[in-house]
Amino acid sequence: MSARTLINVPAKAKRGEVIEIKTLIAHPMETGYRVGLNGALIPRDIITTFVCTYNGEEIFRADFARAIAANPYLTFSTVATERGTIAFQWTGDNGFSASAEAPITVE
Amino acid sequence: MSDHRPESRATRRDFIAGSASLAGGLALASAIVVRPSRATPESMAAAIKEVVGEAPVRKGKVKIDVPPLVENGNAVPLTISVESPMTAADHVKSIHLFNQKNPQPNVIDVHLGPRAGRAQFSTRIKLAAAQTIVAVAALSDGSFWSGDADVIVTIAACVEDLQ
Repeated sequence: MSARTLINVPAKAKRGEVIEIKTLIAHPMETGYRVGLNGALIPRDIITTFVCTYNGEEIFRADFARAIAANPYLTFSTVATERGTIAFQWTGDNGFSASAEAPITVE
Repeated sequence: MSDHRPESRATRRDFIAGSASLAGGLALASAIVVRPSRATPESMAAAIKEVVGEAPVRKGKVKIDVPPLVENGNAVPLTISVESPMTAADHVKSIHLFNQKNPQPNVIDVHLGPRAGRAQFSTRIKLAAAQTIVAVAALSDGSFWSGDADVIVTIAACVEDLQ
């Protein structure tokens, strides 16, 4: 299962600069508390974990609870250290898994 | 004839009262099924305790940037920032966000380190009612700091129409 993702990472940065990373992923984030038209609870279906790695090293991790809005949006920052790849991984209920990556050039 | 009347009226009254209480019971039962119990300030305190343990939580350093009045509780934008130099010796290890009145007290737990450069993140959350949200930051020296914000929600999450 893959979902649409939207990533915003600056293509170029100076060494040591703090850069802002924006991520968005399409996901309903069903809380498990809502009732469907048949009167039964709609089962929980959320993303539970988000991990960001910079050239393989984990730089940011978030654990989502049910209170995160649909289509989880997350903005955070990191220090540009070297040229390479910033990778993103989302995992969740029902075997949900999605990933994305963005290249970065550091001068 | 006149003897029977009060009796029949009484039974009808009984019947109506009985059916009303039955309906009330059904409504209560369905309310229990439909509406999960809300997190309370006590359950939020318990959730915070799970993160910090017995360590004291001091007020300050943590700032929640959220609009004081939001129309739609389904997506409330917020930014949490913590005052910290974010060096290897002195940085924020994690930031935890809690609420009082959603069905459960946890919102998000964020783990970061000196490589973040800034102890700050933004996201969008669901809020079921006007309430106070609390953020707790764990610092590398083992101390905990908290900040809170009051949010008024006009349309709560969880009540939108289902298609």
